[in-house]
Amino acid sequence: MVLGLRILSRAVGELRPLLVHGPTRGFSASASEPLHVCVVGSGPAGFYTAEKMLKGHEGAQVDIIDRLPTPFGLVRSGVAPDHPETKIVVNQFSRVAANDRCSFFGNVTLGRDISLPELRKTYHVVVLAYGAESDRSLGIPGEDLKRIHSAREFVWWYNGHPDMCDLSPDFRNTESAVVLGQGNVALDVARILLRCKTELATTDISDYALDALRGSTIRKVYLVGRRGPVQAACTAKELREILGLKNVRVCIKEADLVTSPADEEEIRNSRIQRRVYELLSKAASAHKDNNYKDQKELHFVFFRRPTRFITSENGSKVGAVQLEKTALKGDEVTGKQVAVGTGKFEELKCGLVLKSIGYKSLPVQGLPFDKTRGVVPNLRGRVLSCESETATVETGLYVVGWLKRGPTGIVATNLHCAEETVEDLKNSPNSYTVSVIMVASILEDDKKGVLRPPSNSEKHGRPGLLEILEQKNVRFVPFSGWEKIDSKEKMAGQPRNKPREKITTWDGLLEAANV
Amino acid sequence: MLSRLSRAGIQALSRARPAGPRSISLSLASVLRAATPFAVLRSAAAWLSLRSGWQTLVTSRSNGVGAISSYMIHAGRNFFCSCTNATDGDNNNKLEAKISVTFVDKDGEEKLVKVPIGMSMLEAAHENDIELEGACEGSLACSTCHVIVTDVNYYNKMEDPVDEENDMLDLAFGLTETSRLGCQVIASPELDGIRLALPAATRNFAVDGYVAKPH
Repeated sequence: MVLGLRILSRAVGELRPLLVHGPTRGFSASASEPLHVCVVGSGPAGFYTAEKMLKGHEGAQVDIIDRLPTPFGLVRSGVAPDHPETKIVVNQFSRVAANDRCSFFGNVTLGRDISLPELRKTYHVVVLAYGAESDRSLGIPGEDLKRIHSAREFVWWYNGHPDMCDLSPDFRNTESAVVLGQGNVALDVARILLRCKTELATTDISDYALDALRGSTIRKVYLVGRRGPVQAACTAKELREILGLKNVRVCIKEADLVTSPADEEEIRNSRIQRRVYELLSKAASAHKDNNYKDQKELHFVFFRRPTRFITSENGSKVGAVQLEKTALKGDEVTGKQVAVGTGKFEELKCGLVLKSIGYKSLPVQGLPFDKTRGVVPNLRGRVLSCESETATVETGLYVVGWLKRGPTGIVATNLHCAEETVEDLKNSPNSYTVSVIMVASILEDDKKGVLRPPSNSEKHGRPGLLEILEQKNVRFVPFSGWEKIDSKEKMAGQPRNKPREKITTWDGLLEAANV
Repeated sequence: MLSRLSRAGIQALSRARPAGPRSISLSLASVLRAATPFAVLRSAAAWLSLRSGWQTLVTSRSNGVGAISSYMIHAGRNFFCSCTNATDGDNNNKLEAKISVTFVDKDGEEKLVKVPIGMSMLEAAHENDIELEGACEGSLACSTCHVIVTDVNYYNKMEDPVDEENDMLDLAFGLTETSRLGCQVIASPELDGIRLALPAATRNFAVDGYVAKPH
């Protein structure tokens, strides 16, 4: 492993000047010929990859395709409406799309409008950056009862994703909502449920979500985690924000804050965990003595895992969650503390459940896929034919972002995922592990002549894609089409004092894009 | 005292996070209000040095900060400074005072730049073609402008990061004990000669992006 590391750092040392300064003279005989790259997915992983490719290779021609008419992935459909600063990065991505050597093709779905083999015939390099559009499931009884949603669906709903505009969650028949999970997405959904509606009215939240929330009777939100406050997956900024919400009483049991030696060690080793734990401790004592009548309540429930969902009187809707008390035990293999059941059960009444236990990627025909981990098997970003030791590298096929690393990390995590070269590390749920070579791999492979061997038939790149899309009658949305959507949304938002009023249906988006 | 005055003003402005185009236009409005001739000239110079209209629009907030801080220094000199260290003669030759900052990139290559007092290191990097990302453009909503202050003495001269900056530093790749966000480090006379290193990927294999011993 150490030898591998040394070889790798030497390789990186060679590659860095390439990334920083671009190809120098004598780079390759084919430097003058275009390198046709297709990036599937226009979220942060896709755009950072496109940016680094354009910077790192003079001849790169990059096409970004996305199944939605709108670009930017989770920056548009995942980042909460009350976090506009996190969305500023779209300015940078827009500059990438405006590059002469880059083109955006919205409303093009991999698998339906163009197949993976077709893409690989058309481009020297195909980079899969389509993220994770499905959910992990709990696998417990009652999971298909009404009023149980995944956080991803709920977030897409209030962010106006055209696939979720008809979700119609019910906030009127209950005063309690249970959120399973304590990561940043869990905090987002809890905060949207509890935040004062006048504050939400000036964000880019979808109009139907704002209406539904205005009629909400939900007064108590429970954030339920399997483990303790030391292991909570959220980060300080989001925690600080939710603990400071107006008119919300925060309830944390003092008993849950007691730490074991193993907990103390975790706190010592991680700055993030330490600051999160400190925030939770402070919040527990600060709210203890205040009596908030009819105030909204935010409960942090630790050391509980859901074992079944119980129906309400009417029979098809959820009425309560059965929780089993857990204890922490050190896992010998990973060295982390895991939650194990103690056999003690309790019930938590609620009329709405949001599962925020993680996203999951979807496989695509012709793409090797690791069903257990929900990622594409890869070595330093190069897609492998399978997980076993006898796997071969699929020429010209790469993977980046959540599809490669698993669905954790922030916008900025994709920056390094796209750019840098480190050894493949095993992922742990909380880590911002930098996965491996993306663009560096691509540039290295091109230098070696792997991507453009003389025997290989010619790749046509953009004209080839256009031909296929025309044959199939696909109404693709160019970046200028997104700009039309963008300006219409902004104009519609102005009279309502919102930064934009999102167009939330497929037809509406395609019409606005004028395709 | 002068630098603290301008720093306080800038920190207050930095803390007022933008909420989209409205706040950018508010910043522009406040820039116009604060515009003195040399502040306008400096902003114009910054405008010309930017590559595209988009960049101009989105960095106008930080330009605004720079312009306001220059104004405050100017105001400070007129109203508060009765000391003889700084004379008007010092300023006659240049539009404003600058400090020397050395950026060290991931390969170890160094670039010495002159940074006007009141400008953030992120803005200075962009104006000098240094590859420092700034995804949220100075709003304390990301960690991509993470820089490492190579000399702990310079680190100690700066005021401690506020909670909001620490929250973002938590997530920074390759965090060290002398790490700061480039958008929060504002050029002031006592930082003259500072060296800022960009985090290097290959040195770090840490979980949670944290390498150095806990602090």
